[in-house]
Amino acid sequence: MNASPTQTLLRQFQTLLLIRSCEEQLVELNRQGAPDTCSSIGQEACAVGVIDALEARDRILTNHRSAAHLIARGADPKRLFAEVLGRVDGYCGGHSGTLHIAARELGVVLTSTIVGGELSLAPGVALAQKMGQGDPGAITAVFFGDGAACEGIFHEALNLAAQWQLPLLFVCENNQWQAYVHRLETMADNAITAWAEGHGIVTESIDGNDLEAVHAAATRAVAAIRADSRPRFLELRTYRLRGHSGQDDQAYVDAEELHHWQSRDPLRRLQQRLTEAGQLDPNTLEAMTREIRSRVEEAVAFAHASPWPDVAALIHPVYA
Amino acid sequence: MTRMTTEQALTQALHEEMRRDARVLLLGEGAATKRPGLAREFGPARVRNTPLAEAIIAGTAVGAAASGLRPVIDLLFAPFLTYAMDALINSAGKLRYLSGGQCEFPLVALAMTGSGWCVGGQHNHNLEAMFVHAPGLQVLMPSTPADSKGLLKAAIRERNPVLFFIDLGLLHQEGEVADDPEEIVPIGVAALPRQGTDVTLVGYAKTVPVCLQAAAELEPHGVSAEVIDLRSLKPLDTACVLDSVARTGRLIVVHEASGLCGIAAELGALAASRAFGALRAPVVRITGPDAPAASSWALEQAAVPQAQAVVDAALGLMAEPLRRTPVVEDAWRAQA
Repeated sequence: MNASPTQTLLRQFQTLLLIRSCEEQLVELNRQGAPDTCSSIGQEACAVGVIDALEARDRILTNHRSAAHLIARGADPKRLFAEVLGRVDGYCGGHSGTLHIAARELGVVLTSTIVGGELSLAPGVALAQKMGQGDPGAITAVFFGDGAACEGIFHEALNLAAQWQLPLLFVCENNQWQAYVHRLETMADNAITAWAEGHGIVTESIDGNDLEAVHAAATRAVAAIRADSRPRFLELRTYRLRGHSGQDDQAYVDAEELHHWQSRDPLRRLQQRLTEAGQLDPNTLEAMTREIRSRVEEAVAFAHASPWPDVAALIHPVYA
Repeated sequence: MTRMTTEQALTQALHEEMRRDARVLLLGEGAATKRPGLAREFGPARVRNTPLAEAIIAGTAVGAAASGLRPVIDLLFAPFLTYAMDALINSAGKLRYLSGGQCEFPLVALAMTGSGWCVGGQHNHNLEAMFVHAPGLQVLMPSTPADSKGLLKAAIRERNPVLFFIDLGLLHQEGEVADDPEEIVPIGVAALPRQGTDVTLVGYAKTVPVCLQAAAELEPHGVSAEVIDLRSLKPLDTACVLDSVARTGRLIVVHEASGLCGIAAELGALAASRAFGALRAPVVRITGPDAPAASSWALEQAAVPQAQAVVDAALGLMAEPLRRTPVVEDAWRAQA
C-alpha cells in the first residue's frame, strides 16, 4: 500500500526531527566527555531526500559525517549511540566509534573517514552489482562532501564509473566547509558539477535544504541509473550549521553567511511548508517532538548501560 | 610437473583460479592486453584494462571484494603501490576491524619489484615491510615458479587481502611446476630448500638462490648451511626459523630491501628474545642500503646481497663466534 504524499512528507519530516535530535544529543554527550562527533546539522534534507529515493536492495557508502545517512536508512539510535560511545551493542561492536560506522544489515556497506575513501570504494561496490552480486537492478549511492571533491580520487572514481557504466549515484553534499576551510578558498564556485560533467556524467545541482526538491531529483537520478546503468551526479547545495566536529565554536565562520543559512534551515522550512498547507498542527508537532525526545533519552540510557568490549576484542576481528 | 617461468606460472594460476571460481576477476593497467589468453577465455567483464590510476584500481578492488567478488589487481611496479595505499591499508586492512567484522576483503594485489632490469628507484623498491606493518594484510614474496603458482592460488582463495610481490629478477627464471590445479602452497609456511647444521641462512625472493649458492660454496669449507625460504612475510613462519636456529645456533638473514625495521630486523629480534640460549654467535643481517634503487647496472648489483658476502659472513661467524668487530650489514659495504 502506497502512502499518500502528505503521509510521506510527514514521515520524512519526522525523520529530519529524529536526526536533528540525535545529533544535538551527540554534541551534548561530547560536551559531557564522550568522543567528538562530526555532525551534519543543517544537512539532514540531503540524507533523507536521497535515501528515501533508494530501495532496500540498494547499497550506500558514507563518510565521517554519517549519522544522518544511518538514521535516514532506519538505524536504531540506541545502537548508533552505543557505537559512538565504543560499547558492544553498537553497530560495529564498539570498534568504529563515531567515525566509520557501517551497518550492512541496513545496506550501509562501507564507511571511510579518509576524505575521498568512500569515493575510492564505491565503484567496486557498483561493479559487483553490475556483475551479478546482490539483488538484480540494485544501485549504489555514495555520499561525500565538497572537500572530497578536491581529492584526486574524486576524478578517478568519476572517470571509472563513467567508462565502465556503473550503476552509481554520486551525492555531493556541498556544505561549503572543508574542515576549517571555506570551499571558496579551495575551488572555483561552480567547479563540482563542471568537473563531473567533464567526465561525461549527467549532473543536477539542487537546493539541498529543500527536502522535496532533493527527493524529486534523487528519484529522477535513481530511475535513470536503473534504466541505463550509467552513473549520475547530484550536487546538493547545503550548509554545515555547526563546526567541523565536537565543540568547535565556528569563530572562523562569517556571521552573515551563517545567519543566511540558518534562515534556510531545512527542518524549519519543511515545518513551515507543512504548517502552511494545513498538514501539521501544533498538537501533532508537539506529540512528534515528545516521542522523539523519549526515543533519544532511551538511546542515551541504552548506550551508557551497554558494556565496554572485552579486551580480547582488541585484536579481533582483524583477519577473516 | 611442467617446466615454466615464474611469469608463466602466475598466468597459469590465474587461468586455473578464474576457471574454478566465477567471482575471480583481473583488473589492471594492461591486464587484458598483457594476458590475451585470459581475456579470450574469460571475456572483457572479468579481465579488465583500467585507467593508469592505481588508487581507483585498488579502491575498486576493495569495494568489489566487500561485495562478493574476488578481484586480483595488477599494479605493475611496487613503487606504484604508494598511490594505492589508502585503499589497501586504510580500507582493506582496517575496515573489517573497524566495522566489527561486518565485511571481508578477499583480494590480491600483484606488484613487481627488485633489481635486474635497471629500472631505477621509481620502478624498483622493495617496500614489502611497509605492508607488513599494516594490520589486516598478508604479504607474500615467493622465489620459485612452483611457489609463485601455488601461493597465488592460495592468495586468490584466501579471505583476507594479500599483497603479492613478484621479484623482477626471477620473472623469467624457469622451474618445475605442479600440473594439478588443486595443488596450492599454504600461506604462512616457509620452505626449507636445504638442510644444514652449522648456520641458518634465511632469504626470500631473489636472495633464496643467493643463500643456496652461498650454502654450496660453504660446503668445501666444512660448513653445513641450512637455507630457509620465507615465501610468506606476513604471516611469518617464526616456528620454522626458531627451530632451525635452535639446531644451528647461527642466523644470517639476507634480503634486498633496506635493513632498517625490515624482515631481518624482525627475525634478529625474534632470535634474541626467543632463541637467546641457542645462539652461538651474533645475528647478521645482509640487506640493501637506505638509498633508492639505482639504475646503473653496476650500482644496482652492488646494492643486492651476493653469495660471496653471505659466505664471508658465515665463515666469520664460524671462526670468531664472539666478534669484537662490527659485522658489515649493508650488502654494498660488504661487497665493496
